[in-house]
Parts: sequence; structure tokens; C-alpha cells
Amino acid sequence: MTSSISAVLDKAYAGVRVLERATLEVEAGTVHALVGENGAGKSTLVKILAGITPADRGTLSISASAVDLATWDRRAARAAHIGIVQQHGAFAGTLSVVENAVLGAEPTRRGLLQLEPTAKALAALGQTIGLAIDPWVRVDTLSLGAAQRAEIVTALHFGAKLLLLDEPTAVLAPIEVEGLLATLRDLAKAGTTVLLVTHKLDEVRQVADAVTVLRGGASVSRFTGTVTHSSHFASQPAETTVAPRDGNPLDISAIARAMVGGELPPAPSSVPAPAAEAEPRLVLRKLSVGGELTAIELAVRAGEIVGVAGVDGNGQRELGHAIAGLIAHTGTVEIAGRDAAKMAPGTRLRAGLAHVPEDRMRGGLVLDSTVADNLSLGRIDITGRFRIDRAAVAKFADERIAELDIRPPARDAIVRSLSGGNQQKVVIGRELSRPNLVAVIAAQPTRGVDLGAVAKIHDRLRAAAEAGAGVLVISADLDELMALCHRIVVLLRGRIVGEVTALRAPDARATLGRLMTGLADARAGVG
Amino acid sequence: MIGVIFTTAFVTQFIRIAVPYAFAALGGSITERSGVIDLALEAKLLFGAFAAAAVGHATDSAWLGIAAGLSAGALVSAVQVACALWFGADQVIVGVALNIVALSGTRLLLQLLYHEGANSPPAPAFGSVILTNPLVIGAVLAALLVPLAVRHTRWGLRLRAAGDRPEALVAVGVSPRRTRMAAALIGGALAGAGGAQLSLAVGGFSADMSSGRGYIAIAMVILVGWRPALAALACVGVAIGEALNIAIQISHATVFGDRIPSELAPLLPYVLTLVVLVAYSGRTRQPPEALGKL
Amino acid sequence: MSRDPDRQGLAVAIALLGSLALGSALMLCVGKSPGHVWWVMVRETLFLNEYNPGQILFRATSLALTGLSVSVALDAGLFNIAAEGQVIAGVVVCAIVGTALPPGTPAVVAVPLCLVSAVLAGAAIGFLIGAMKVWRGAPEVITSIMITAIVGGVALWLGNEVLFQNGTTTGVAIIPSAWLPALGLGGSAANVSVAITAFAVLALWWFRARTTWGQALRVVGRDPKAARAVGISVGRVQIAAMVGSGALAGLAAVNFVMGHKHAFEQGLGAGAGLLGISVAILGRLHPVGIAAAALLLSFLSVGGLATSQEVPKEISEMLQGVVVLAVACSVPIARRWRHAPQAPATVAGARVKP
Repeated sequence: MTSSISAVLDKAYAGVRVLERATLEVEAGTVHALVGENGAGKSTLVKILAGITPADRGTLSISASAVDLATWDRRAARAAHIGIVQQHGAFAGTLSVVENAVLGAEPTRRGLLQLEPTAKALAALGQTIGLAIDPWVRVDTLSLGAAQRAEIVTALHFGAKLLLLDEPTAVLAPIEVEGLLATLRDLAKAGTTVLLVTHKLDEVRQVADAVTVLRGGASVSRFTGTVTHSSHFASQPAETTVAPRDGNPLDISAIARAMVGGELPPAPSSVPAPAAEAEPRLVLRKLSVGGELTAIELAVRAGEIVGVAGVDGNGQRELGHAIAGLIAHTGTVEIAGRDAAKMAPGTRLRAGLAHVPEDRMRGGLVLDSTVADNLSLGRIDITGRFRIDRAAVAKFADERIAELDIRPPARDAIVRSLSGGNQQKVVIGRELSRPNLVAVIAAQPTRGVDLGAVAKIHDRLRAAAEAGAGVLVISADLDELMALCHRIVVLLRGRIVGEVTALRAPDARATLGRLMTGLADARAGVG
Repeated sequence: MIGVIFTTAFVTQFIRIAVPYAFAALGGSITERSGVIDLALEAKLLFGAFAAAAVGHATDSAWLGIAAGLSAGALVSAVQVACALWFGADQVIVGVALNIVALSGTRLLLQLLYHEGANSPPAPAFGSVILTNPLVIGAVLAALLVPLAVRHTRWGLRLRAAGDRPEALVAVGVSPRRTRMAAALIGGALAGAGGAQLSLAVGGFSADMSSGRGYIAIAMVILVGWRPALAALACVGVAIGEALNIAIQISHATVFGDRIPSELAPLLPYVLTLVVLVAYSGRTRQPPEALGKL
Repeated sequence: MSRDPDRQGLAVAIALLGSLALGSALMLCVGKSPGHVWWVMVRETLFLNEYNPGQILFRATSLALTGLSVSVALDAGLFNIAAEGQVIAGVVVCAIVGTALPPGTPAVVAVPLCLVSAVLAGAAIGFLIGAMKVWRGAPEVITSIMITAIVGGVALWLGNEVLFQNGTTTGVAIIPSAWLPALGLGGSAANVSVAITAFAVLALWWFRARTTWGQALRVVGRDPKAARAVGISVGRVQIAAMVGSGALAGLAAVNFVMGHKHAFEQGLGAGAGLLGISVAILGRLHPVGIAAAALLLSFLSVGGLATSQEVPKEISEMLQGVVVLAVACSVPIARRWRHAPQAPATVAGARVKP
């Protein structure tokens, strides 16, 4: 008996709509790909299916029998033969594979664990489906790919008929990817239903029988075979007739377009492009970080806003942190012509760099301090070298609050009590107001930020460029980059794989979409 | 001095001394492996020692005294875990605070029950007997069984999961909090047994009689990477050191012709611990991932 | 600075009430009426004579300093349990310097010299612990305890070998010009060190609230990642915090050596460091709160002695520890009342209480 899924789900986190009537229809015994950009809601959807996160509202049917979402939890999902393999492994590192597998239902004889039978079964199953594992090995000694294989085998061992995989190939080497995809095909043929969350369309092409595209928390399109029917109305899932699996290839370009949206071109950036002779403010040469980032070459000139596009997990965090000096890197980072590679983070800031970190909760704000204190954190130019000039701090805080419309406009408010958008405004306020600002590196500047704040933050970034700084914006939100930047490069698996300079061209978006999803490897700029 | 070491008296001596250390280290390692920082070993030793002496005196039964010691240790653990996991108090502060409470609390109990300042009335004493001392047997058994249990039983598996990835337990429907509480109770009982040895070996409780042994025990646990068997072994080493120190004092032995100062010799375990901590900084194993987190 | 976002005042109040209740219960156990005992305690210690209030001041003087010591370290996220050892080291070094100076040394030289020597002794130990933590990753809780024990042993040995006069446990008196005059409160031990402590309390308050260094200290303790991101060197701040912490604990020795016994005595200063932990936690790391907590705990201490006819003094001693536990438990609760619950954790869907 194989499982099918039929779901329409709603979910909000702290006021932000993550899923809005997201629809999913998965046929039994197929490999179904769930694609979309970051923040589209894919992971949340899958976690709801696995019972890890509760849905707010909606309907869910597994194998045509409806499920009570109010009591749908991990155990119920397991009982319904749903197994999940998440991005960040769920296995305990110091336990072996078999120990992890038996956790919760440990077989014992005379008080001692009997792991042999389970271990044998796991190894045998692994052999059969082509995912060889050693069940006795400690999980923290395994490579990420091997750990993932172990989780898949374990899920199948416990009878999963519906296997949910969240970005499984993100941590795999190419040859492991091939192996995994082949396995998934075989599993589906043998009757397991596979739901694969991914943003890599070349994998989708190889393995998927059907595709659902999520954008902004709603399903915008569903593709099967050659039947494609896109809807531009986010609230209405597409009407699709399910075509028999006849081996017709999926229209990948259409899928890519659906992911990034083919609507109206964005409002043009109001900042004029910098003159050709404008000075380079931030130059990266052969910037590499371990295995995550390779030989990045990039130059941002004064008055220029350059975007780095790409789905999260392709090296963005490492890029931002390397420029700011928070992780070790090789290669050069030049700030206004000075090589900052040996400089500590504080020195880089003093050299004229501003860093808006991608996670304001970790490294951007001291949540239990006041707005005023966060605004002047590390700002000796405001506070003075030793004795704090309280009047100056207060004045500075009031100015930033007014400039960015931080709400509530109370400089003694504790930052933890502010909304995400206002918290981010505090970070922006502090960073972009640095004197002698030369370069800005802003990572995911409007993540988790409400629309009203987004506009303010974008305005502030534009103003920084107008004042002569070189601005580098890393974002998984293509809309944002299209609206802000003069040109956009694309980061994929730690490398820059392409650049688009003519952002107003009608196919700019499509080109970016292809670059981001690994379909085009054009190094030459388009346009 | 070499002649001192290979006498039965010496061996008996260090075994007696090793028992409280070993019990405390085994108990502490269980609690910490389950994810709860355990700095309250002093308190468990003290209350265990007092309970054993008090009940032993009242009933004239060493066995009942031992049982009381175990219970007292478990009780302290219960309070510790309640504060740490229910109230969410800082686990380091809870441990240190409990030790402070134990120091004055046992003195208070001495006052209340016996109107004594420093020593309890006599309780059954094992003296230098070791082969018929149930606590010695118990310590050896514990040193063998605890590592075995942690590795090879269902309880031990869940214990390790609670300390490393409580989410994995939640995912299979097991409560990490309950697992930790159970672990702490067992760990506390073990430490309490160590306390019982402290008082029942000499036949009574004296104020402050733990003298920092609880801290040394947990230091050993951290040093050996939270492995119960090695922690017990390390404690035996400490005990040998302590016994050596006593033997040296008694025999007025000399090193390089100078009398070893009686005030400085007992400091050797502390100095060694420091040296090891500093020398092996990068190579000490990581603590359980979820240690100290709720 | 917002006044009390975490409702710490509420937490302390709850903890104190709880401890009061427990203390009263213990008094009932010995068959005495709590109301009567508390009343006697207050009457005897505060209103009867000048001696008891003087003793409270005397004890609070050192306790406030050790409380500040532990608090400065906690501000940076570190636990300085070695305050006990630092006080003793301060006592020994101060006494040694005080006896080594030529008798004719003017007070204007002798007093600062002895004072600074005590401070440096504590600071050196603090540096040792801080360096071991930052450069070698050695957990400061463990190293502190080891070092405290070692200092105790060394102090005892020094006493027996070198410092104590034959057959006694007291050393030679320090030169008279290094003595700090007593305040003359009914013959109590309170002395001019009170002024030193008051100054330290104010200075620390100002440092913490009004200087960039004090801010950096607290940011490192609250969020080391954010500190690093804005350019603060976390390791440097942590070592500095331990040095400052040790210095304050060493300063506490001055009250004992220069202000009271004027010599090295066995056991002089013992207990002050350990109680400093209670003071710091009760005072919620705020210098003024610490001063208040020091006075409160000293009141309990002296009061326990004053009422030792009625109830055992060990009750008040135990309360000093219970109060710490109570505060540690009540603070997270008070904080939870204040803040909205965080976004659900990823395993929140599981119907099992973690």
C-alpha cells in the first residue's frame, strides 16, 4: 500500500504568514519535487507533514483518509508510515547509527540492549537499496552524506511508505547526488512515495514525476509531464489535470520562471549607476572559506549597489562573515584600497566597513539591552572613548529612530520587545550611520521584516550608496535585489556562476532563475 | 618510603579513601551525561554522610545508615533538578548554592539533633575493614556496572541521548526531562553512598568533612571526558595520592633530604588537576552537547 | 537604561519572602516563635548598642567587595569562585608587606603600599584563572576551586613555617603606620575600610553604567557574538574581568588585616569569598544592590550570633545559602512573566513535554 498526500495548509510564525493555503497533491508511488526559493515555505510545509510543527489551519489526507491536524504529531506521522530526513540531521552524534535507530523502542534481553538484529537488518536494507551504511559507527564520525544515508535507511527500515526529504543533496558530493537520485527513483518504482524538497532544477529534471512550486507561502504552479498550467494568482492553486506518467520531460524553464515569478518588472532603482571611473570601495580577490566558498572575485565601486543572489546555503553566510572578518578566510578583502585580510572585525569596522549580519539575533543585537544602547554599541564616535556621553547617545538614538521610523519610538525600550522589522532597523541604524562609511555588506537585510520596514531599509541602503559607499547586498529574495541593485551576481555552491547587468531586460529574471538553480553555467554576463 | 607502599595497611587505606571519590565521580558523571551540570556533589556527600551517621547512631545499624545516605543524596539531587529544570535556574549557581546550604545545613542539623558544634555521636564504624564493608563492595560494583549500564542498556542509551540531543528523544516520544530526573536521582544516590562511607568509615559525622572532595570528583569527570569508568580510575589515583600523603607524614619520610611539608603535600591532587587541565586543553573531549541547556 | 525589565526586584522580593518563611519554619522546629525571634534579632543588632551595628558594617565591608568581585566576573559571563582564595592571598601578602616595611615608614606610604599589595595578589590570581580559561579553555569553575585550595594550603604552610609566632597562629603585627583606624563604634571592628568599600561601590556603579569599558564588559557577558561583531575583543575583556574581579577580592583583605587584626592570623578572612557569591547573586550584579545584599547578609550573620541564646546561629547561616538558591530560582520565573513566549521550537508539535 503506498501513500498519497492531499493537503491545503496555513501557518504563521509570530505574525508572519509562512504558508497561505499552500496546496500539495502527491500521487502514491511517485517522486514529487517541492521547489521554491528561500522563505517560500517549503521546509515548513514538510515539517507539518512530518508532525514536527503544527499547522494553524487546513486539511490533510494521507492515503485518502483525512487526518486531524489538531492532534497530528511526530508519533501520529510515524504511525502513518511517514519518515523524514531533514537538512540538519536528527541523529545524536555520540550514538551509533543503530543506537539512534532503536531509540524509543529499544529491543532488550535480560536488561541489555540487543542491537545485533536491528544492525543486521539495517545493513541488509542498505545493501538492497544501494545506500550502504555501517550501523555500528558513531554518527559524529560520518560525513554528512553518510549520516543522511543512515537516516534514510533507518526511516525505510521502520516501514516508511512516504519519505520526505528536505534538501538532501545540499550536503552531498556530486557522485553521491547521482547515487541518491537513482535510489529515489528505484524506491518510487518499488512503491514508496517520495517528496523531495529542493531548489536544484537539474535534479528535478532527472528524478521528478511531478513538481509543485511554492512562492511566498502559496503554491503557484503544479507541473506534471508536459502539462503545465501556471497561475499568477497566489491564492488560487492551479487547476491541473493529472496526466499519466508517460515519460514526457518536465518543462524546466517554466518551472524556473514560476519559482522566481514572471510578473511585472520591479520598480527601477532610483540610484543612478556609478560613473565608470568611480573608485572601487570593496574588492574581493580569490576569497575562499574552507569548502564553502571558492575564489570569489568581486569589486563594488563607490555609489554602486551590487547584489549577490542565490538560494540560502550556497556560501552566503560565509561570504558575509568573511568580509566582516568573523571567520577565517584566504584571499584578499580590500576596503577602500586597504587590505583588510589581517584585520580583526573591529579594525575593519573602523576602516569604514559596515556589516549588517544575516541573523540579527546572533551577532547583530544585544536583545536584553535598550534601543539606545544597541544603536551606539561599539560606536566610540558617539559614546566617547571612556566615559559615556549620555546626552550624545540619547540624541543619536532619537535621530536614528526618527530617520528609520523605529516603533515604538522609545529609546529606552528593550530590543527584545520590538518586532523583527524594527529590530532590523536598529541594526541598520547603527551600521549605516558609521562615519567615513566606505563599504556596506548587508546580508539578508529584510529577512523576517514586515513590508513597511522593508521600504525604509531599502531607502537607507540607497542613501548609503548615494553618499559614496559601495554596497553589497546578499539576499535570497530576488525581488529585493531586482529593486535595489545595479547588477546582480549569482552564488551557487560557493562560486559566482554568473552576472546580470541589464536588470531591466525582460529575460533578466529568467536568466537569474536559471543561474540560481544550476541550469545555466554561463560565466559571461548576460545583457 | 617504598616500603610503605606495599603494605596491606596502605592498600586498605587508599581503598577506603577512594570509595567516596569514586561514588561521587560515578554519580556526577551520570547526571552530567544526561545533560545537567552537577556541581552539587559536595552537598550530596555532606548530607549523605550526615544522614548515614545520624540514622546509624539512632538505629545502631550500618545498613540502615547506608540506606539513609543513599536517600539523602537522592533528595539533594531532586532539589537540584527541580531548581534547574522546573524553575530554570542557572545550573552552576544551583550547584554552588546547594553546597553552601549543605555546609551550614549539616552544622544546623548537628545543633538541632545533638546540640553539638562539630561532631555527631558515634555511629557504627567500618574502620579499616574493607572486605566486609558493603560500601567498598558497592563502589567496586558501581565502577563496573555504571559504565556497563551507560553503554549497554536502554536506560543508558536514553541517558546519552538526553545529554547529546534531547530532540531525538522528543521525536520518539520519550521525555528528556524525565530521563534527566531519573538519572539525577541515581547519580545523587551514588554520591550519597560516598558520603555514607565518609562518616561510617570513622564512626561519626564531623562538620565540613567532605573537604572539597566533591569538587575534585567533578573535576575528574570533566578531565576524562565524562566517561564513568575512567573517572572512577582517576579517583583511585587521587586516593592513592592522599594515602601516600598520610603515609609520608606518619613515617616522616623525606624527599631530597627535606621533610615534605604537611600543609603542602595534600595540595598535590589540586596541582596535578590544574596541570592536566592546562596541558590538555585542546584535546579534552567535548562535553555532552546539551549539557546545561533545558 | 530601562529600570527593571526582567522584574528582578520582584524576583528578589519573592526569594527573600520565601527564605523568611523557611527561616521561620526552622525556628518553629526548635520550638520558638518566629515573630519573637525576628524581633529580638532586629532589636539586638540594630538598637541595643553600637557594637552590633558596627560588626554589621565590618562584615559588610568585606562582603560588599567580594560581592563586587564575583559580580564583575559574572558580568562577563564567568564564575569567579576563587574569591575565597584571592582574599586569603590578599591577607597573606598584605601582612607580609606590612611587617616587612621599616617601622618608620610614614602612613602616606605604608597604607597605599600594603593596600596595593593586597590588590595585586588578588589580581594576579585572577589573571591566572582568566588566562587559563581564555588561552587554554580550562573551565574557570574548576580552576578557581583548585587554586583556592592551593592558596589555602600555601597560606597555612607560610604561617607555620615563617609567619606565625612560636606556638601561636598569629603573625607579627604590621607596622603601626599601616594600621587603619577603627571607627569606634562600641568597640566593634568597623574601621576606615568602610570608606574604601563605599568608594569601590560608587566607582563600580559608575564604571558599569557610565563607561564604554563597563558596557563592553556587560555585552561580552550577555552576547559574546554581538560583542565580537561590533569589534569588541571577547578574550581580552574576559581576562580583564577576571583581573578586576581578583583585585576587588584582594582589596577585601585590607579590612581584615589593616583594619582589624593588624597581623596575619590563621583563618583570617575565611568565608568572605564564598559568601561573596551569595551577595553578588542576591544583589543582581548591581553595585548598589550588592551593597544592600552585603548589609542584609551581615545582618543575618550578626543577628544569628545575637540570638544564639534563642535559636542556633546555624539557622541564619543556612539562610544565607538558601537565599541564593531562592533567588536563582525566582529570577527565571519573573523573567518569563515579563516576556512573551518565543516562537515555537521545531519539535513543538510533539505532544511530549520536554
